[in-house]
Amino acid sequence: MSGSMIFLLGLAGIAAMAFLFRLAGQKATGDAPKFRDMSYGEAFGYMLAATLLILAVWYYFQPKVTEAGMANAGVVFFRWAVQGFLIFAAAAWLFRLLGRNVGTAWTRKLFRQMPLTASFGILVILIYAFVAIFAGAIAPHGQEEILGAANVIAGGDPALGGDPAYPLGTDQIGRDILSRLIYGAQNTVGIAFITTILAFLLGGTFGFLAATLGGWLDQLLSRAVDVLMAIPSLIFALLLMTIATVWAPKLGIPLTWFMIVIIAVIDSTRVYRLARAVGLNIVVMDYIEAAKLRGEGLGYLVFKEILPNATAPLLAEFGLRFCFVFLTIAALSFLGVGIQPPLADWGTMVRDLAQFINFAAFSPMAAVTPLLAAGAIALLTVGVNFVVDWMLHKSSGLKE
Amino acid sequence: MNSILRIILQRLGLGLLTLFVVSIVIFVAVNLLPGDFAELILGQGATPETVATIRRDLGLDQPLVLRYFDWLRGMLTLDLGTSFSQLNRVSNLGGGSDTTTVVEQIAPRLSNTLFLAAVTASIAVPFSITLGVLAALYRNTAFDRSANIFTLSSISSPEFFMAYVLILFLAVLNPILPSLSNIYQGMPFWERVEKSLLPALTLTLVVTAHMMRMTRAAIINLLASPYIEMARLKGLSPMRVIVKHALPNALAPIINVIALNLAYLITGVVVVEVVFVYPGIGQLFVDSVKIRDIPVVQACCLIFAAAYILLNLTADILSILSNPRLRHPK
Repeated sequence: MSGSMIFLLGLAGIAAMAFLFRLAGQKATGDAPKFRDMSYGEAFGYMLAATLLILAVWYYFQPKVTEAGMANAGVVFFRWAVQGFLIFAAAAWLFRLLGRNVGTAWTRKLFRQMPLTASFGILVILIYAFVAIFAGAIAPHGQEEILGAANVIAGGDPALGGDPAYPLGTDQIGRDILSRLIYGAQNTVGIAFITTILAFLLGGTFGFLAATLGGWLDQLLSRAVDVLMAIPSLIFALLLMTIATVWAPKLGIPLTWFMIVIIAVIDSTRVYRLARAVGLNIVVMDYIEAAKLRGEGLGYLVFKEILPNATAPLLAEFGLRFCFVFLTIAALSFLGVGIQPPLADWGTMVRDLAQFINFAAFSPMAAVTPLLAAGAIALLTVGVNFVVDWMLHKSSGLKE
Repeated sequence: MNSILRIILQRLGLGLLTLFVVSIVIFVAVNLLPGDFAELILGQGATPETVATIRRDLGLDQPLVLRYFDWLRGMLTLDLGTSFSQLNRVSNLGGGSDTTTVVEQIAPRLSNTLFLAAVTASIAVPFSITLGVLAALYRNTAFDRSANIFTLSSISSPEFFMAYVLILFLAVLNPILPSLSNIYQGMPFWERVEKSLLPALTLTLVVTAHMMRMTRAAIINLLASPYIEMARLKGLSPMRVIVKHALPNALAPIINVIALNLAYLITGVVVVEVVFVYPGIGQLFVDSVKIRDIPVVQACCLIFAAAYILLNLTADILSILSNPRLRHPK
């Protein structure tokens, strides 16, 4: 109970400090508008932020090893988190600086208006694309190669049970984790990308067709999509994957292909909704009427008139849809019915290595690998979301 | 008043119709399985006689349509049959008066999941609305931006990442909460809350972002209205303007997004339950998927779909009730 007492006392202290801070500010600046009109909540917020910052700095400089000689794992993880955050922020800032000075006038202008989060997102996407495309050249070992010693700890320090040959250690059957992480970019991201494209081809085509043709086709497709959307997508995917696991060996088709088609169909319902809604707004335009009177065919209408005018919302949707598909695939793999071994995949790696988190208090290095795999998934989706958020904000004009 | 009743009944009818079609989809999907359930149940020990017996017992020799209505009648009378793993035990080991039916398997799990959802909702809803109001109050400040970045990151990370980070910091490095939620029947209430607190916190992180952003956006949308201007010119404090004048009018979209997120809670629990070994319906569903226990999978699917449809329906009706303009469509 003493912990909560300290917490409450701390809060009371901050509350008192906030009052004093505002008073002192008013006295010292001779009632400058900033301090005169400051609400108590605002002053409290400043003091809370200051306290948290001081606590964070104090905790950051705690010794890495406790007096008893044990590793102080909390501090170690905190330092890594802070360092990671600072490195990424600096990298994003440098990348934006680079973009502002190099390239065509158009890209330079784009980078000038860009918030730091968006340039961070673009940087992350570029790095992932690079790693995914050149995985075979970057990775030190093959993804299925069994290299001998199993469960080598990360860090490469022989004193702790590591091995300099495997900087991130090996997994439960002796495969190099670094190589599997790199190949995971190729497999997980690549499969998610293919699935998203398939979902867009399906959903976009049917959505635009429904918008242009209308009538019974529109009704039929829309009602079918309504029914499919009434089943939660992860649940439906799991149900269909159950069936696919039986069919896959019978037909001799890898389960992964089934997964791509199943998730593409489920996600295409959402794309269909958007494509139809956007298409309906375009179909009533005068230039479509003119094209129809000219006697243009359906293909011309869809590809030359509707599609170019629907690119902006569809592109933003592509980013969001990619995140959803990526997370669904990761979740399925985590549950054991997604991407199948021996392909390296981040979701499966998290599931296989997760138990090592329980040893974090004794050796922080052991807990790193599952968090790295999960963090690799999180980093990409966060990056894509930042970019999409910025794009939506930009295309919607300056709201607020 | 009459028109409201009519709209509600209309929506309810539509929801029931959707549920009916969804049940057909689930049934047909499951019957796409190749081969025979009887062989699936018996596995290695299948002889032609036992297969024929099981086929007769399960009614697999009936046509598809008849079987569907049989299944539907069973669903409506809460008779969901016996799971394959139980049948397998009976047919291979003999005996079997002590088998548990699917209903007996699902009922305690479902109540556990609902408990988890309730704990999560009671943390997440007040938290996210407070955060949303604060973000609207101090919009475009450092607080607003960091809240925005934090929620965007938490909504886009996979659930298991959040779960393991929370386990790392709250269970392993600082043993405050248990990392496994072993919940049993007849557990004292507060102990149960404590055991399910870590999964509830994970789910809170996942759903807060959506609710908080919606609250913020809904309030900011209203801030340009003349009556807000009026309240401000009267000299009310910004907090009072937002809580007393803006928030009540922003309730419709907020209620809507809360209901949608509760629907997500019921169905999105699968991964979180697996991480924390929480004995809920999501865990049961995944286990049954892995051993292809079809009756359980079917029943769970239907329950998830029903909960999803019901909560979406509630969101729909509540937003119609709170906004008179939707009550009289053009």
